[in-house]
Amino acid sequence: MPVGSRSASGRARPSVRHLVLMPLALLFLLPLEQMLLASFMTPAEINAYPPTIIPSRLQLDGYIKLFTEAPVLRWLGNSLAVVVIAVSAQLVLCSLAGYGFARLRFRGRNVGFVMLLATIMIPTQLLMIPTYIIFAKVGWLDTLAAAFVPWLVSTFGIFLMRQFFLSVPVELEEAARIDGAGTFRTFWGVILPLARPALATLAVFTLLGAWNDLLWPLITISNQDWYTIQLGLASFQGQRRTDWSLLMAGNVVATLPLLVAFLVAQRQFVATMTLTGMK
Amino acid sequence: MAWGFVGPSVAIIVALTAFPAVWSVLLSFQRWDGIGDARFTALRNYSRLVSDADFYAALRHTALFTVIYVPVSILGGLVVAALLAKPIALGAFYRTAIFVPFVASAAATGILANYIFDKNAGIINNALAGLGLARQGFLEDPRQAILVIVTIALWGGLGFNVVVYLAAMQDVPPHLEEAARLDGASSLQVFRHITFPHLRPVTVFVGVWQTVVALQLFDIVYTTTRGGPIGATRTIVYYVYRNAFELADFGQGSAGAIVLFVVTMVLTAGMMAYSWRRNVEAF
Repeated sequence: MPVGSRSASGRARPSVRHLVLMPLALLFLLPLEQMLLASFMTPAEINAYPPTIIPSRLQLDGYIKLFTEAPVLRWLGNSLAVVVIAVSAQLVLCSLAGYGFARLRFRGRNVGFVMLLATIMIPTQLLMIPTYIIFAKVGWLDTLAAAFVPWLVSTFGIFLMRQFFLSVPVELEEAARIDGAGTFRTFWGVILPLARPALATLAVFTLLGAWNDLLWPLITISNQDWYTIQLGLASFQGQRRTDWSLLMAGNVVATLPLLVAFLVAQRQFVATMTLTGMK
Repeated sequence: MAWGFVGPSVAIIVALTAFPAVWSVLLSFQRWDGIGDARFTALRNYSRLVSDADFYAALRHTALFTVIYVPVSILGGLVVAALLAKPIALGAFYRTAIFVPFVASAAATGILANYIFDKNAGIINNALAGLGLARQGFLEDPRQAILVIVTIALWGGLGFNVVVYLAAMQDVPPHLEEAARLDGASSLQVFRHITFPHLRPVTVFVGVWQTVVALQLFDIVYTTTRGGPIGATRTIVYYVYRNAFELADFGQGSAGAIVLFVVTMVLTAGMMAYSWRRNVEAF
């Protein structure tokens, strides 16, 4: 077979791939570029026709209004608190439970695990009405607890950690036990340090879900003091329909932390998606 | 000892998932505004669902969204991943650009979409006007709104499918593709007969995942149209939200949520049974 025929019948040439990928990538970035630019424009520039491509100067009115007319700093603080609590709780609780279901022997372990897995099938939306009633009864409406309690533990996280612990060689634990370490010390000192990739994956997933969550705060929090940043954005959208520089400034402020986190830890993000995707 | 490990998690999941799930079934047989006494009304909430035009509209909008969003996101994810699978200059840039919207929250995405599709300030209508075409209502037009919402959801969700497919493509044995190519197969034939069969399990996974996501559509609707214009974008979850939290009818809302649960179960079970019958191990 002549060597040349490979390129003729081979896969699509790079130039053809660029022809599809470049417009698509730019199309996906365009809204984000529009968001960033509009956050620095005056209302007159935003509503001008023909449209303003580049703002005349970095106009900070949108950001100033954002931080002075609403307690946005407090909302960011609330969201940060929710995320810190959610991520810490999930790392501790899911790894403990994952280890328990993977390695410890106790009555009802397998039945219990299967029943636990079955709860993955239950959509959050089915839970929102009873959970609202429960939170009302225990006095958690209009508190930060309403925003973070639904994120304390997840079946997905337990499953993820269990799968990881199952892949750790049993010999490691036996060696630790022969050295006289108890179950908890073996878990904490020997096994958990090995679980860093799985823990990072769990942290990324919880971070993304808890920071971006709108549903729980929306139904349980009506006092502005306890808004998360997402609920704050949604409330702006209701009250300031076309105050675009303010709305886009709010979007930038709410999205930037995760965007930076994503660009810094892109590899981990992608690994997370892969892990949840398959395996 | 072991319960010290699994106990706290199990307790929280029983209290916040299992117990509420059972309770929502009970609620769906009751009439309750959350303040007075709950009254057992048997199947009344369900019979009201059957005769409620709003509920049919919610089903219709959710179905329309799902039927477009799921196949397009799968096909789009597959094509983009195939184009990115082999090393290419700027590959990291392309992948990042397409994945980044996935990181933005539904609230931010919805608000951004309001701007992009705005009649006066939005870039799309400005471009249309620049071409001498009529400005469109988009999110304000009852006939276009749901399609615009599909577009927004694809912007946010396509990156997920691309990344999952890309990961799966790394697992396709390269020597198989190479051998087929040496035998004179075109790249389309290689993809069709070698690569794609290896991707069937991941396709089932992505299909189930995105179907569940699509059936639960709510956040983007809430931050763009709030179900409007004239109810044209009310989805099943919006129906649940509206009945429970705007009309204080917990029973009616719960009945809607149960229907959502059943539809989700039937569809995902159907997809998985189909894949099992064709010997695709997806989970």
